[in-house]
Amino acid sequence: MITKRIIPCLDIRDGRVVKGTNFEGIRDVADPVEMARFYNESGADELVFYDITASFEQRKLFTEILKKVASEIFIPLTVGGGIQTVEDFDRVLKCGADKVSVNSGAIKNPDLIREAAQKYGDQCVVLSMDVKRVDGKFTVFAKGGRENTGLDAIEWAVKGVQNGAGELVINSIDTDGVRNGFDLEMLNAIAAHVDVPIIASGGAGTMEHFAELFQYPSMDAGLAAGIFHTKEVEIRALKQFLRDRGIEMRV
Amino acid sequence: MTAVIDYGVGNLFSLCSSLAFLGVEAVVTNRVEDLQKADRIILPGVGAFGDAIAKLNETGLVEPLREEVKKGKPLLGICLGMQLLFEQSKEYGTHQGLGFLKGVVSPLADDITTGLKVPEMGWNSLQFQKKEHPLVKYIKEGDYVYYVHSFYAKDCADSLVAYSEYEVQVPGIVGNGMVMGTQFHPEKSGAVGLAILKAFCELK
Repeated sequence: MITKRIIPCLDIRDGRVVKGTNFEGIRDVADPVEMARFYNESGADELVFYDITASFEQRKLFTEILKKVASEIFIPLTVGGGIQTVEDFDRVLKCGADKVSVNSGAIKNPDLIREAAQKYGDQCVVLSMDVKRVDGKFTVFAKGGRENTGLDAIEWAVKGVQNGAGELVINSIDTDGVRNGFDLEMLNAIAAHVDVPIIASGGAGTMEHFAELFQYPSMDAGLAAGIFHTKEVEIRALKQFLRDRGIEMRV
Repeated sequence: MTAVIDYGVGNLFSLCSSLAFLGVEAVVTNRVEDLQKADRIILPGVGAFGDAIAKLNETGLVEPLREEVKKGKPLLGICLGMQLLFEQSKEYGTHQGLGFLKGVVSPLADDITTGLKVPEMGWNSLQFQKKEHPLVKYIKEGDYVYYVHSFYAKDCADSLVAYSEYEVQVPGIVGNGMVMGTQFHPEKSGAVGLAILKAFCELK
């Protein structure tokens, strides 16, 4: 049967991985290529790279890194960050990305998902959404969670999938960084309205949190950054832990 | 030399990178001479069947490809490229395939009743139907490979080498003689995928 997926996320700025890292046995702990190698060897099912740079020069550096990773690591690679146009899709796909994740770019230009899906196929387009409770309502935030768009998260997810998003990354701002578990209430509320794979993000602190997440058939993947980078949770051990609990894992 | 057929369908970056990683000399081409000169041919593909077969026909490579296959040159179809090897597809209408393998490509959604998601996207394990096949030389039963697809081959018992369970049995590896294919993406299936590509690239 198809497995649940464990996905580490690497935020990259100035050609370096941002966020606390505590790797042993790796020459350069913040080198994205070294880290990608490490995660590949640890059994990560996919890798997500977020480009959190702004300038043209840094963007070029990012695509160079992407090319290097894609030349030696043969698992699915998703790229996000600063994707505003179909040309941005083209740029990263040519450097070896398999999927492209859109967030604020799709909020600014709602046709972006449709245009990209028509050109590259639904499987290539990932809608990433940062969601927070506002007056008890799940609301979409833009610009890395800084700007309240007023959009209803369930309606936005449904619209994105109708337009051709082939996967959803749902990041709960409410649980992000808290490490007290995924936002199961929010994830399930949104998942109930769409039929594409759901990648849960925000709140994982322990292996048990992933086991809780995967109790729900509609949850396909768990994404995290910090706990993997600091090795508080090691992917190989995590996947064995989950498999021992009857959850299908590639180990 | 391995010829990778370029007919404007899909992204060849990962496939070419994985061949380079294996030290395989590969040429991405739409030229007849390259198909003739090649030791083996790979037919990649992502997208819709009808569009892909039309584009492949436009290249004028179909007849030369048939000639090479007739001579026994190894051919590997990947993902949509594998589906094109079959007789027919029912993806948005009915389309004729290359007919190298017996079978019909059908929508997964028609046969999924338990709420599994379509497309099937992710890692699934291989169950062997045939233990002896060139593509499974370096892998073992239960190994995981990466799928992204909404359609699958049916009525292809003759050529079934390995399948994955997704409520239905999804043919993962098919083959008849030197014509073979994978529904999953070997170039995205980590070490297992590389081992499959390596095995293919040893064939002459």
